[in-house]
Amino acid sequence: MANVFAFVESRGGDVRKAGLEAVSAARQIADQTGGGEVHALLAGAPGIAAQASRLAEVGADVVYVVEHAGLAQYDAESLAATAAERIRAGGYRAAVFSATAQGKDLSPRVAAKLRAPLAPDATAIAVEGDAIVVRHPMYTGKVIGALAITASPALLSVRLGAVPAQPNAKAGRVETIQPAADPGASKVRVVELREGNKGKIDLGEAAVIVAGGRGLKAPENFKLVEELADSFGNAAVGATRAVTDEGWRPHSDQIGQTGRVVSPELYVAVGISGAIQHLAGMRTSKTIVAINKDKEAPIFKVADYGIVGDVFEIVPALTQAVRAAKAAH
Amino acid sequence: MKIAVCIKRVPVMEVKFAIGKDGASVDETGLKYDVNDFDLWAVEAALQLNEKNAPGEVTVISLGTDAAQEQIRKALSMGADKGVLLKADRLPGDAFAVAEALAAELKDGGYDVIFFGKKSIDADNSATGAMVGELLGLPVVTGVSKLEIAGGKGTAHRAVEGGIEVLEFPLPAIVTVDEGLNKERLPSLKGIMAAKKKPLESRPAQLGTAGVTVQKMELPPERAAGRIVGEGAAAVPELVRLLQSEAKVL
Repeated sequence: MANVFAFVESRGGDVRKAGLEAVSAARQIADQTGGGEVHALLAGAPGIAAQASRLAEVGADVVYVVEHAGLAQYDAESLAATAAERIRAGGYRAAVFSATAQGKDLSPRVAAKLRAPLAPDATAIAVEGDAIVVRHPMYTGKVIGALAITASPALLSVRLGAVPAQPNAKAGRVETIQPAADPGASKVRVVELREGNKGKIDLGEAAVIVAGGRGLKAPENFKLVEELADSFGNAAVGATRAVTDEGWRPHSDQIGQTGRVVSPELYVAVGISGAIQHLAGMRTSKTIVAINKDKEAPIFKVADYGIVGDVFEIVPALTQAVRAAKAAH
Repeated sequence: MKIAVCIKRVPVMEVKFAIGKDGASVDETGLKYDVNDFDLWAVEAALQLNEKNAPGEVTVISLGTDAAQEQIRKALSMGADKGVLLKADRLPGDAFAVAEALAAELKDGGYDVIFFGKKSIDADNSATGAMVGELLGLPVVTGVSKLEIAGGKGTAHRAVEGGIEVLEFPLPAIVTVDEGLNKERLPSLKGIMAAKKKPLESRPAQLGTAGVTVQKMELPPERAAGRIVGEGAAAVPELVRLLQSEAKVL
């Protein structure tokens, strides 16, 4: 019976969706290796302890809480030291991180501190005999690798949405611990967090993404994409590289080989032809809708549903229809 | 300033991949290669920093087979001063094994800044730069999309989910480069000629032990052929019906 560790990402005093998913992924590994405990590490500014119960609800048996004013912002050096110390002390079979920007920054540091193997960006996790095996998209998603780790602890980072958080209530003992390194002593400091699209849902967490491409012809026409996204109520706006290169949208909105990789329930591609680089970022979406004037566009080869025609005519009609459908619920 | 850039030879992605006979690698037949996108932006960042703080030196380091000399030469033709190939017969699937070899090379180099691409588009580990930083005890800033370095200090922007982090750090440091930082310059004919004469050392890589093994590789399942619902706005009601009743996403 092996215990499993989960690092919980939080921001501004709130647990991120990725943090809940990390606990669920750890729960899954613990269950498959004989039902051990899940120990979560939750760190943040004073007050973060109040979030511990949310982790118990999704399967954490123990929540180690680190509260420190210096952790109001992400502090890689202090968090890596604390996570490494806890993992070392806990003798875990596996340690789960989120494959978010922060998780991808943190997990390799912890792996190097522990000289432990790291399987990154898992889209699925399985326990096979002595090995923990993760599926990991490589070559821009054109190849899926099965990466195996037999040594303990096995470190892995899990892609957003790969292991949805499941209700799995535990008693959830809370234990307060000290940071293994003072955040004030870190060499790299986050001096500011500029929240973009405040109040809007992030691409990685959105159930629906409406993305626009060059077919929109001009930056101001992106409002069609935004209005369609608004009509769904739970959608984020994305863009192709052509669009971000033109400066119509910030680089952080780019979906593709060199941008964000997303897997929403529904992906609506507006005026996007479907270059290989773009497909690399969205082909794992559950349902894909394409709207494009060129019926030979490669996007139609990956789309579940397509409408051929003028985006300036179709998108406003779709926005209205989605609004009506939502209102009827 | 002494600047190092770590680059990787990766396949050009605009092809269909096939799985090799061992079932755990890609079939290299017919693949073309280039410098990893993110590493090209890292080279550009190094060159720009060097131009601002001249005189200095930019060293390009790559771990790979002899073939990776081609990618090192490309960086030299862009303007880097010298190259180092850390020779390995085959790249391990474990970022840490690679990080150990790079750290051994970089350790006594006296570099002020060491650049990496944020990730390589083949292995997609997003791990090597941060691991090297940890091994060398250097500050690391990953996924940088805006960078200013002056007076022994750096300021950087990093995109995180739903926002941008502004970071400050002292030199020497490791910076991994995201898209958006810059556009790489094209090698000039003069640069290509000059690159032929620039020093390119080669020595065996001191690879660490791999704890992650690639058990197998598979092609992802093809998406089932979709359907064109119709043309123009007239097709919208049918699309909405399908999203509600068939895909159940509305």
